[in-house]
Amino acid sequence: MQRNEIPKAYLYSQVVQAKLYIENNYDKEINLELISREAAFSKFHFLRLFRKSFGLTPNQFLTEVRLENAKKLFTQGVSVQDVCWQVGFDSLSSFSNLFKRKFGTSPTSYVQLNRNIKKEAIENPLKFIPDCFAENFNWKE
Amino acid sequence: MITRLTHASIYVLDQDSAYDFYVNKLGFEEKMKIPIGEDAFWLTVAPRNQKEIEITLMPINKGGMFDKEASARLSEMVRKGTFGFGVFECENIYATYEELKSKGVEFTKEPKEEFYGIEAMFKDDSGNWFSLTQFKKQ
Repeated sequence: MQRNEIPKAYLYSQVVQAKLYIENNYDKEINLELISREAAFSKFHFLRLFRKSFGLTPNQFLTEVRLENAKKLFTQGVSVQDVCWQVGFDSLSSFSNLFKRKFGTSPTSYVQLNRNIKKEAIENPLKFIPDCFAENFNWKE
Repeated sequence: MITRLTHASIYVLDQDSAYDFYVNKLGFEEKMKIPIGEDAFWLTVAPRNQKEIEITLMPINKGGMFDKEASARLSEMVRKGTFGFGVFECENIYATYEELKSKGVEFTKEPKEEFYGIEAMFKDDSGNWFSLTQFKKQ
Protein backbone atom coordinates (compact mmCIF):
# COMPACT_ATOMS: atom_id res chain seq x y z
CA MET A 1 0.00 0.00 0.00
CA GLN A 2 1.35 3.45 -0.91
CA ARG A 3 1.77 5.98 1.90
CA ASN A 4 -0.87 8.29 0.37
CA GLU A 5 -3.37 5.44 0.45
CA ILE A 6 -3.23 5.02 4.22
CA PRO A 7 -6.57 6.18 5.65
CA LYS A 8 -6.46 9.53 7.43
CA ALA A 9 -8.17 8.11 10.52
CA TYR A 10 -5.44 5.46 10.89
CA LEU A 11 -2.63 8.00 10.54
CA TYR A 12 -4.17 10.31 13.11
CA SER A 13 -5.03 7.54 15.53
CA GLN A 14 -1.36 6.47 15.45
CA VAL A 15 -0.08 9.97 16.13
CA VAL A 16 -2.70 10.46 18.85
CA GLN A 17 -1.45 7.29 20.55
CA ALA A 18 2.04 8.80 20.52
CA LYS A 19 0.69 11.99 22.07
CA LEU A 20 -1.13 10.04 24.77
CA TYR A 21 2.04 8.07 25.44
CA ILE A 22 3.89 11.33 26.08
CA GLU A 23 1.06 12.61 28.31
CA ASN A 24 1.12 9.42 30.37
CA ASN A 25 4.91 9.04 30.59
CA TYR A 26 6.16 12.62 30.69
CA ASP A 27 7.94 11.99 33.98
CA LYS A 28 10.18 9.32 32.43
CA GLU A 29 12.95 9.51 29.90
CA ILE A 30 11.14 9.42 26.58
CA ASN A 31 12.73 8.03 23.47
CA LEU A 32 11.06 9.70 20.49
CA GLU A 33 12.78 7.35 18.07
CA LEU A 34 11.03 4.45 19.78
CA ILE A 35 7.66 6.22 19.80
CA SER A 36 7.85 6.96 16.08
CA ARG A 37 8.78 3.34 15.40
CA GLU A 38 5.87 2.09 17.51
CA ALA A 39 3.59 4.46 15.63
CA ALA A 40 4.85 2.73 12.48
CA PHE A 41 6.32 5.88 10.96
CA SER A 42 9.76 6.94 9.94
CA LYS A 43 11.13 9.50 12.39
CA PHE A 44 10.85 12.26 9.80
CA HIS A 45 7.26 11.41 8.87
CA PHE A 46 6.30 11.12 12.54
CA LEU A 47 7.74 14.55 13.37
CA ARG A 48 5.98 16.13 10.42
CA LEU A 49 2.60 14.56 11.19
CA PHE A 50 2.86 15.32 14.92
CA ARG A 51 3.57 18.95 14.22
CA LYS A 52 0.78 19.16 11.65
CA SER A 53 -1.64 17.62 14.15
CA PHE A 54 -0.78 19.53 17.31
CA GLY A 55 1.21 22.57 16.20
CA LEU A 56 4.29 21.49 18.21
CA THR A 57 7.14 19.04 17.78
CA PRO A 58 7.01 16.01 20.12
CA ASN A 59 9.87 17.53 22.15
CA GLN A 60 8.10 20.86 22.49
CA PHE A 61 4.94 19.04 23.50
CA LEU A 62 6.82 16.98 26.09
CA THR A 63 8.19 20.18 27.63
CA GLU A 64 4.69 21.70 27.67
CA VAL A 65 3.24 18.66 29.43
CA ARG A 66 6.04 18.68 31.99
CA LEU A 67 5.56 22.37 32.74
CA GLU A 68 1.77 22.11 33.00
CA ASN A 69 2.15 19.21 35.41
CA ALA A 70 4.69 21.19 37.39
CA LYS A 71 2.04 23.86 37.88
CA LYS A 72 -0.41 21.25 39.14
CA LEU A 73 2.13 19.88 41.62
CA PHE A 74 2.87 23.37 42.91
CA THR A 75 -0.79 23.80 43.80
CA GLN A 76 -0.47 20.64 45.89
CA GLY A 77 2.38 22.14 47.89
CA VAL A 78 5.28 20.13 46.43
CA SER A 79 8.65 21.92 46.64
CA VAL A 80 10.29 23.41 43.53
CA GLN A 81 13.15 20.93 43.55
CA ASP A 82 10.89 17.90 43.99
CA VAL A 83 8.57 19.13 41.25
CA CYS A 84 11.53 19.52 38.90
CA TRP A 85 12.53 15.86 39.32
CA GLN A 86 8.98 14.54 39.47
CA VAL A 87 7.99 15.97 36.10
CA GLY A 88 11.08 14.60 34.40
CA PHE A 89 13.62 17.44 34.23
CA ASP A 90 17.14 16.61 35.26
CA SER A 91 18.33 20.17 35.75
CA LEU A 92 16.80 22.68 38.12
CA SER A 93 18.14 25.64 36.17
CA SER A 94 16.76 24.50 32.82
CA PHE A 95 13.41 23.75 34.51
CA SER A 96 13.34 27.25 36.04
CA ASN A 97 14.26 28.90 32.75
CA LEU A 98 11.65 27.01 30.76
CA PHE A 99 9.01 27.65 33.42
CA LYS A 100 9.73 31.35 33.42
CA ARG A 101 9.70 31.51 29.64
CA LYS A 102 6.30 29.82 29.49
CA PHE A 103 4.50 31.39 32.43
CA GLY A 104 6.38 34.66 32.79
CA THR A 105 7.31 34.01 36.39
CA SER A 106 9.88 31.89 38.20
CA PRO A 107 8.72 28.68 39.94
CA THR A 108 9.45 30.21 43.35
CA SER A 109 7.38 33.34 42.61
CA TYR A 110 4.61 31.19 41.17
CA VAL A 111 4.48 29.08 44.34
CA GLN A 112 4.30 32.20 46.49
CA LEU A 113 1.62 33.81 44.33
CA ASN A 114 -0.41 30.63 44.27
CA ARG A 115 -0.17 30.29 48.04
CA ASN A 116 -1.41 33.87 48.51
CA ILE A 117 -4.31 33.42 46.10
CA LYS A 118 -5.33 30.16 47.75
CA LYS A 119 -5.29 31.75 51.18
CA GLU A 120 -7.27 34.75 49.96
CA ALA A 121 -9.80 32.52 48.17
CA ILE A 122 -10.48 30.59 51.36
CA GLU A 123 -10.77 33.69 53.51
CA ASN A 124 -12.69 35.81 51.03
CA PRO A 125 -14.08 33.73 48.16
CA LEU A 126 -16.45 36.43 46.93
CA LYS A 127 -13.47 38.54 45.97
CA PHE A 128 -12.93 36.18 43.04
CA ILE A 129 -16.52 35.86 41.85
CA PRO A 130 -18.43 38.40 39.77
CA ASP A 131 -21.14 39.86 41.97
CA CYS A 132 -23.95 38.98 39.57
CA PHE A 133 -23.24 35.27 40.05
CA ALA A 134 -22.83 35.54 43.81
CA GLU A 135 -26.12 37.45 44.03
CA ASN A 136 -28.16 35.11 41.84
CA PHE A 137 -26.83 31.96 43.46
CA ASN A 138 -27.36 33.33 46.96
CA TRP A 139 -23.70 32.87 47.74
CA LYS A 140 -23.51 36.16 49.58
CA GLU A 141 -25.55 34.88 52.49
CA MET B 1 -19.30 49.93 23.89
CA ILE B 2 -18.97 46.27 24.74
CA THR B 3 -15.43 45.15 24.00
CA ARG B 4 -15.23 41.45 24.84
CA LEU B 5 -16.78 38.44 26.51
CA THR B 6 -15.04 37.43 29.73
CA HIS B 7 -17.34 34.80 31.30
CA ALA B 8 -19.76 32.33 29.77
CA SER B 9 -21.74 29.75 31.75
CA ILE B 10 -22.48 26.14 31.06
CA TYR B 11 -24.96 24.36 33.32
CA VAL B 12 -23.64 21.01 34.47
CA LEU B 13 -25.20 18.15 36.39
CA ASP B 14 -22.16 17.34 38.49
CA GLN B 15 -19.19 19.65 38.97
CA ASP B 16 -16.67 16.91 39.80
CA SER B 17 -17.55 15.00 36.68
CA ALA B 18 -17.58 18.23 34.63
CA TYR B 19 -14.12 19.08 35.96
CA ASP B 20 -12.85 15.71 34.80
CA PHE B 21 -14.44 16.18 31.39
CA TYR B 22 -13.27 19.72 30.67
CA VAL B 23 -9.82 19.51 32.28
CA ASN B 24 -8.75 15.90 31.80
CA LYS B 25 -10.53 15.07 28.55
CA LEU B 26 -10.78 18.36 26.66
CA GLY B 27 -7.48 19.53 28.14
CA PHE B 28 -8.76 22.88 29.36
CA GLU B 29 -6.96 24.84 32.04
CA GLU B 30 -8.51 25.21 35.46
CA LYS B 31 -8.79 28.95 36.11
CA MET B 32 -10.62 29.00 39.46
CA LYS B 33 -11.88 26.35 41.83
CA ILE B 34 -13.17 27.93 44.99
CA PRO B 35 -15.49 26.18 47.43
CA ILE B 36 -18.67 28.19 47.70
CA GLY B 37 -22.17 27.61 49.02
CA GLU B 38 -23.27 24.15 49.96
CA ASP B 39 -21.06 21.53 48.42
CA ALA B 40 -20.43 23.61 45.30
CA PHE B 41 -17.52 25.40 43.66
CA TRP B 42 -16.92 28.53 41.72
CA LEU B 43 -15.38 26.54 38.92
CA THR B 44 -14.02 28.13 35.78
CA VAL B 45 -11.98 26.66 32.94
CA ALA B 46 -10.64 27.83 29.59
CA PRO B 47 -8.96 26.44 26.50
CA ARG B 48 -5.22 26.62 27.17
CA ASN B 49 -4.54 29.11 24.41
CA GLN B 50 -7.41 31.44 25.20
CA LYS B 51 -6.57 33.14 28.45
CA GLU B 52 -9.12 35.95 28.25
CA ILE B 53 -12.27 33.92 28.75
CA GLU B 54 -13.50 31.88 31.68
CA ILE B 55 -16.14 29.23 31.16
CA THR B 56 -18.01 28.81 34.41
CA LEU B 57 -19.28 25.31 35.06
CA MET B 58 -22.40 26.13 36.99
CA PRO B 59 -24.09 23.51 39.13
CA ILE B 60 -27.81 23.23 38.47
CA ASN B 61 -28.85 21.72 41.73
CA LYS B 62 -26.57 23.50 44.18
CA GLY B 63 -27.11 27.03 45.40
CA GLY B 64 -30.16 29.20 45.22
CA MET B 65 -30.65 30.20 41.60
CA PHE B 66 -33.16 27.46 40.88
CA ASP B 67 -35.90 26.10 43.07
CA LYS B 68 -36.30 22.34 43.32
CA GLU B 69 -38.76 22.08 40.46
CA ALA B 70 -36.77 24.29 38.10
CA SER B 71 -33.60 22.42 38.98
CA ALA B 72 -35.22 19.07 38.19
CA ARG B 73 -36.61 20.36 34.89
CA LEU B 74 -33.37 21.97 33.82
CA SER B 75 -31.40 18.86 34.75
CA GLU B 76 -33.69 16.78 32.59
CA MET B 77 -33.32 19.17 29.65
CA VAL B 78 -29.54 19.24 29.95
CA ARG B 79 -29.42 15.46 30.20
CA LYS B 80 -31.56 15.15 27.06
CA GLY B 81 -29.15 17.32 25.10
CA THR B 82 -31.44 20.32 24.69
CA PHE B 83 -28.69 22.91 24.95
CA GLY B 84 -25.82 23.70 22.65
CA PHE B 85 -23.40 26.14 24.16
CA GLY B 86 -20.99 27.06 21.44
CA VAL B 87 -18.29 26.33 18.94
CA PHE B 88 -14.77 25.27 19.86
CA GLU B 89 -12.13 25.85 17.23
CA CYS B 90 -9.20 23.52 16.61
CA GLU B 91 -6.24 23.55 14.26
CA ASN B 92 -6.49 19.99 13.03
CA ILE B 93 -9.90 18.45 13.40
CA TYR B 94 -8.93 14.91 12.44
CA ALA B 95 -6.21 14.74 15.09
CA THR B 96 -8.41 16.42 17.70
CA TYR B 97 -11.34 14.15 16.88
CA GLU B 98 -9.20 11.02 17.24
CA GLU B 99 -7.64 12.29 20.44
CA LEU B 100 -10.92 13.19 22.13
CA LYS B 101 -12.55 9.97 20.99
CA SER B 102 -9.70 7.98 22.48
CA LYS B 103 -10.26 9.82 25.76
CA GLY B 104 -13.91 8.78 25.79
CA VAL B 105 -15.60 11.92 24.44
CA GLU B 106 -18.91 11.07 22.77
CA PHE B 107 -19.29 12.49 19.29
CA THR B 108 -22.67 12.95 17.64
CA LYS B 109 -21.21 13.99 14.28
CA GLU B 110 -17.99 12.86 12.66
CA PRO B 111 -15.80 15.48 10.96
CA LYS B 112 -17.63 16.65 7.86
CA GLU B 113 -16.81 19.33 5.30
CA GLU B 114 -19.12 22.33 5.57
CA PHE B 115 -18.95 25.62 3.68
CA TYR B 116 -17.13 27.27 6.63
CA GLY B 117 -14.69 24.45 7.38
CA ILE B 118 -14.74 20.92 8.77
CA GLU B 119 -17.07 20.33 11.69
CA ALA B 120 -17.74 17.59 14.21
CA MET B 121 -20.06 17.65 17.21
CA PHE B 122 -19.68 16.23 20.67
CA LYS B 123 -21.47 16.14 24.01
CA ASP B 124 -20.06 16.91 27.43
CA ASP B 125 -20.59 14.59 30.40
CA SER B 126 -23.87 16.34 31.27
CA GLY B 127 -25.39 16.28 27.78
CA ASN B 128 -24.58 19.79 26.54
CA TRP B 129 -23.47 19.74 22.92
CA PHE B 130 -20.77 21.66 21.12
CA SER B 131 -19.44 22.10 17.65
CA LEU B 132 -15.78 21.36 17.08
CA THR B 133 -14.66 23.16 13.96
CA GLN B 134 -11.55 23.62 11.92
CA PHE B 135 -12.41 26.81 10.06
CA LYS B 136 -11.37 27.38 6.48
CA LYS B 137 -8.32 29.58 6.25
CA GLN B 138 -9.26 32.96 4.76
